[in-house]
Amino acid sequence: MRNQKNELKLLKCIEQDCTMSTAQLAAMCDMTEEEVKSEIEQLENDHVILGYKAIINWDDTIDETVTALIEVSVTPQRDKGFDRIAERIYQYEEVESMYLTSGGFDFTVLISGRTLREVAMFVAERLSPIEGVISTTTHFILKKYKEKHTIFKPQEEQKERPIFV
Amino acid sequence: MIDYSTVLSTRASSLKPSGIRKFFDLLTEMKDVVSLGVGEPDFVTPWHIRDAGIYSLEKGFTKYSSNAGLSDLRKEISRYLERRMQMAYDPDGEILVTVGGSEAIDLATRALVNPGDEVIIPEPCFVCYAPIVTLAGGTPVVLPLSAENEFRISADQLSAVITPKSKLLMLTYPSNPTGGIMTKADLEAIAPVILRHNLMVISDEIYGELTYEGHHVSVSSLPGMRERTVVASGFSKAYSMTGWRLGYACAPREILAVMHKVHQFGIMCAPTTSQYAGIEAMRNGDQDIEKMKDEYNGRRRYLVNGLREIGFDCFEPKGAFYVFPSIQKTGLGSDEFCERLLLEEHVAVIAGNAFGESGEGFVRMCYAASMHDLETALERMRRFLNRL
Repeated sequence: MRNQKNELKLLKCIEQDCTMSTAQLAAMCDMTEEEVKSEIEQLENDHVILGYKAIINWDDTIDETVTALIEVSVTPQRDKGFDRIAERIYQYEEVESMYLTSGGFDFTVLISGRTLREVAMFVAERLSPIEGVISTTTHFILKKYKEKHTIFKPQEEQKERPIFV
Repeated sequence: MIDYSTVLSTRASSLKPSGIRKFFDLLTEMKDVVSLGVGEPDFVTPWHIRDAGIYSLEKGFTKYSSNAGLSDLRKEISRYLERRMQMAYDPDGEILVTVGGSEAIDLATRALVNPGDEVIIPEPCFVCYAPIVTLAGGTPVVLPLSAENEFRISADQLSAVITPKSKLLMLTYPSNPTGGIMTKADLEAIAPVILRHNLMVISDEIYGELTYEGHHVSVSSLPGMRERTVVASGFSKAYSMTGWRLGYACAPREILAVMHKVHQFGIMCAPTTSQYAGIEAMRNGDQDIEKMKDEYNGRRRYLVNGLREIGFDCFEPKGAFYVFPSIQKTGLGSDEFCERLLLEEHVAVIAGNAFGESGEGFVRMCYAASMHDLETALERMRRFLNRL
């Protein structure tokens, strides 16, 4: 049985830093280590925790990957709504993230590729022809400032510190 | 060449310098040190508060404020005290905005102490109280506290140090360096002694928001205590605003009027930029307090559990962001323990005797540090203890 109160606290801690040890998580959430272990196992089995990944500033590496944010307008399908068409899009390896959104278009799709051309070709040859897709607008991402509450530019530390307080 | 010993104030010169300067000089020369030494929040001030300070500069609000502090800020402090501390102080005449909680303590002491008055200071305690009392012409009287009683003051302990000259009691809870707190029941137990001996009280409540069991209770909220209490507090710990130097004092208007005069002649007013930031903090910062407190609370549990696991005797600190474990089992004195831990394992903690003689046999560790640093410090301390 999952404990809903514990689970929220635990999930927030893990989302913030999934490298914390069981002892640290237990202390942060006021649980025992055994409770943490069994809760996490349960959450993984229930597909609430889907994975543990790092946030990487690729701009500081030799990697040249290009990312684009695509606005996609579609015609929802009878009985299946948006989900069927979404599935046909997100199955592609190139799709990093995908959301159904309110507003002037339907899906926000994040796509990455090795070059501008590769991303553009994916949109033209794979995404646009999908049945039900009405239009796409591609915005190339030029710089990432912040992701998952993490600011990419290193924060400067104040140098002079007090001797004693 | 002037013989400076003949021109300097004997009272000021007589103040003892902080004994740990040498220790920190050593520390700055070393690399790879995990420091649990400095007692300061590790969070940067929340952005909306910083932004309010910046915005006030953009608007050109760079002049002095009124001596007592911006009227809007005093009103916010009054609302805050009512909302979060169940205290009622009139923004007009009972609240004074100061340069940090430290100035509030200094002003209150100078407003209350006459030469020869005895001021009771529970120890171990933060280092400023005795020097402030000495400079005001008072006589500091130490009230030694013990770990067995979680560094709280009992009625008997208080009665034992009271003399006909006793004027003032410094109440400093939640405590730096011990992390001890005084609950409502604890305060109720000593209140009759305070009343019977007609003592005045300066209550330093700068760590009040960082209380992890129940809510902070101010001594001034107890029957008969408001008229004899000056509450000193500030923004540094609750909102992570140490560098802004912003605090406040709340007191009955007769006392505050005298403090106001001293403040006016010595300081003029607290920094205006900080005051504008302070308004935003009190208006919209309750969530920041809760978030940081939650974070500290987790680290507190982690460090206390970890210290006990590696063999320290450590009472559970329920306030501030310090643990104050005993090191008596190691057979080392506090100074020697700290110096060897620094040199051998590159972990900086503060010798308990820096906070008064009754702190000997203990060390202060500050857990306003990252989880990673706490983990590394624990691992290194485990190695250190195993080797002793």
